Amino acid sequence: MQEVTIGIGGAAGDGLDKSGDTLAKICGRLGLYVYAYNSYQSIIRGGHIWLKLRVGAEKVHNHGDQLNALIALNQDTIERHAPEVEVGGVIVFNADKLKCDPSLAKKGVTILPLPIGQITAELVKEHGALIPVMQNTVALGAVLYSSQLGLEKATSVITDTFKHKGQKVVDLNVGLLKCGYEYAASQSKPITKEWKFTNIGRPFTTGNEIFAIAAYAAGCKFYSAYPMTPASTILHWMCANSQKTGILVKQGEDELAVMNMTIGAGIAGVRAMCATAGGGYALMTEALGMAGIMEIPMVVVEVQRGGPSTGLPTKTEQADLFQVYGASQGEYPRLIVAPYDMADAYKTTVDAFNYADRYQMPVTIMSDLLLSEHHETVDKEAFPAEVKIDRGQIVTSWPEEKGKYKRFAFTESGISPRALPGTANTLYVNPSDDHDEESILISDMFTSPPIRRKIMEKRMRKMDNLLKELTPPQLEGPKDADVTLVTWGSTYGVVKEAAEQLNAAGTKTNILCIKYIYPFHAKEVTEILSKAKKKISVELNFTSQMARYIRSETGFAMDAYINKYDGEPYAPAELAQEIKDKLAKKPETLDVTEADAREIAYHYLRTHNGEKSRPGKIVQESVNGFGEPTWYIELTDRATGTKNGFMKVGLRTGATYTVERDAEPAKK
Amino acid sequence: MATVIELPLDTYKGPVSPDWCPGCGDYGVLRSVQEAAGKLGILPKDLLIVSGIGCSSNLPGFIHAYGVHSLHGRSIPVATGAHLANTDMKTVITGGDGDGYGIGVGHLIHAMRRNLDVTYIVMDNQIYGLTTGQASPTTSKGQVTKSTPAPNGNHETPINPLALAITCGATFVARGFSGEAKLLTDLIAQGMAHKGFSLIDVFSPCVTYNKVNTYSFFKERVYKLEDEGFDPSDFHSSITKAYEWDKRIPLGVIYKTEQETYEDGEPILAKGALVKQSTKVDKALFNKFIEEMV
Repeated sequence: MQEVTIGIGGAAGDGLDKSGDTLAKICGRLGLYVYAYNSYQSIIRGGHIWLKLRVGAEKVHNHGDQLNALIALNQDTIERHAPEVEVGGVIVFNADKLKCDPSLAKKGVTILPLPIGQITAELVKEHGALIPVMQNTVALGAVLYSSQLGLEKATSVITDTFKHKGQKVVDLNVGLLKCGYEYAASQSKPITKEWKFTNIGRPFTTGNEIFAIAAYAAGCKFYSAYPMTPASTILHWMCANSQKTGILVKQGEDELAVMNMTIGAGIAGVRAMCATAGGGYALMTEALGMAGIMEIPMVVVEVQRGGPSTGLPTKTEQADLFQVYGASQGEYPRLIVAPYDMADAYKTTVDAFNYADRYQMPVTIMSDLLLSEHHETVDKEAFPAEVKIDRGQIVTSWPEEKGKYKRFAFTESGISPRALPGTANTLYVNPSDDHDEESILISDMFTSPPIRRKIMEKRMRKMDNLLKELTPPQLEGPKDADVTLVTWGSTYGVVKEAAEQLNAAGTKTNILCIKYIYPFHAKEVTEILSKAKKKISVELNFTSQMARYIRSETGFAMDAYINKYDGEPYAPAELAQEIKDKLAKKPETLDVTEADAREIAYHYLRTHNGEKSRPGKIVQESVNGFGEPTWYIELTDRATGTKNGFMKVGLRTGATYTVERDAEPAKK
Repeated sequence: MATVIELPLDTYKGPVSPDWCPGCGDYGVLRSVQEAAGKLGILPKDLLIVSGIGCSSNLPGFIHAYGVHSLHGRSIPVATGAHLANTDMKTVITGGDGDGYGIGVGHLIHAMRRNLDVTYIVMDNQIYGLTTGQASPTTSKGQVTKSTPAPNGNHETPINPLALAITCGATFVARGFSGEAKLLTDLIAQGMAHKGFSLIDVFSPCVTYNKVNTYSFFKERVYKLEDEGFDPSDFHSSITKAYEWDKRIPLGVIYKTEQETYEDGEPILAKGALVKQSTKVDKALFNKFIEEMV
């Protein structure tokens, strides 16, 4: 499959998002597939934003292993990412402001400085001085040439983006693209082969947008949230489109309010949803149990991010399994489901509302920052406007002859017909205390062990019936595989590609991806794992939560566990290598690698006002007073390359032991 | 204007008799809520009573209406969601001083500044009754309780719910007393009829755990504002009244004003109750959403 990966780096406020969006839409309209991952920080201005767009002739499921074209909007980006560009690639930046030391790039990489001032001189004459963000468009034009993506679709995207600002602005921006394009054409060669464009346009969107649109399709009428990264964008979509969709949106004063309001709306009979991150879900846990005991339908999306505590608000992780599984005291019916990609996120949300209504219970959809916030090209067919809507057993009238209506009637299925408040002859209280069929409390004035036994059984047998309806997980790949990779959530996207690489290299690999967490297909998973040869779990967390959960439900432990908890998603080749290492029983090491040491040095320099320096030579030194071997890292002046200090970083602990920096030369 | 058909008290007789201690002030509040609903002609099926947790929060089980007996401190957000989803019902929130002025006080502040069209009746007994006698946010300074032992007793300044309500945007603020039944019914009816957030703080003595703020304590101090011709429309004089305590304690409407409600400012509700609105997807709109992503 032909592909190219373009990285855009800069500081927050540099306009990366828009540039990335433009590039992605260009590719989308050409009929190419894009997967974009944005490694960003909480900061509003400054810091380092790194957007990678992987473009493929066929569907791509993760951000891939390579970097072919680099657009650097600041010096820091050049420092960090120039060395990553593959041989045959290109580095593009504003030559008027930045420079790229040839030693930073691999041999065979084209360094293409753009003299922005010079090449846009004509445009400036016609339109006036350029604003800084316009350098992005020039750079984009250059990369369009390098990647052989042409200017036609680019022009249509630019036109759509700026048409509300008038033709002159459109012309300016198209002109900027052309400047970059033509300059690159005059100075360099393309870095890819020619593409075969189908020109079939496809939507390019994020998991969060999908959750929102799916809720609309499913008939959601109430949405509540408290702003929290990475769930806020669902709130933003809901608010922006509230009048058009007819969905009432309410920002709550905190997550306690949000969850309780959403349940209140569910009590009144509308389809209601809320979303948050792990920290917000922690505040919602008490109310979840209330929804369970009152048997109220509602949907909550938990978008996992780096923890614990405030953790890494803009980094991805999947370490909230036990929080969600254990959420709320006691035992109650609920559905916990983890979609594994965009198309599945749409289907899962539509299904969630139906299961919530039919089984009268809360449904938690587990997402993660990667799924919720990365952008991906998806086939339109994955988003049908017309979906099945099943509100379950709703009582709209109750004639006197039927006798007393009992909200919590003990039925065979465990599901009691539900009258909505406002209906005549069906009055009842929704109690958070346990209760009998008529909602009379059974631990206050009246207690009754047999009634408690029967109502607990009634509620819990809803789960037995629900499980029968849920599609069990299936093995994906060769049945007689030597390796079975076990995973969940968005990690599936990279596990899939790693498995392809392993199969291509001769290691038969298949995948078991768990989607329904509770109720759980213990029988089917036990059956699958009993036949698996080598079982390896792959999770973005420290303690292998899914592997532990599977063991508790089936008795099967993994043969090896692969964990990543540095806030970044896996890349396929990196993962495939780890799997190979596990199979070869390579002894595990947590030692700081040379690349890690370089990054630790960069971290020190950035945090301590040392940006005029960069790490140079790195050598390992034996134990010499620090209790462990260390990495000796030379620090050199960025401008001149002369040594101006050194650092020592522990090989095992990663501790920064010594930093010596020469005094700044006195200003002349 | 539609004629109001008043309904008799037994219209609202609940399935279960209250289990409060004999002499509890909450009996009076329950009766006044039932009388007020009857005066306003509200059918039981159109009445939604939402409570939290506490002795007073057991009320929804004792009245013939739709009810929610929710979580400690969360009656207000639950009522908010239920109310916004169905503005055709009359939503009344009932609870105590612990539930409402302690764990739930954050939600109270926001509900008041939203001027939601709901009525909140707080059975204020200045103690935690259900959990057997700890201090509450309205327990007087110096009072000895299970959680504020001698010699200093409670050394926190109690919350002033009326002043809090007035400054946070509530548009109907009143104080009642279980020992003044007729006034209480009238205040609750006024609160329910008022368009906007109504807070009625009711002295509802706990005969078991609060031996200070008793019926006698209040009978010695309370007086009716209406007897003095008090005009509740001036913010500053209302605040002053809200701080009257020690020797004289005012009962009645402390503050009343008309402001735009939260519902007035939510365009979606202009189409009527949310639960009765269409949930059909506008296909053209949906396709536009998808096209915009291309």
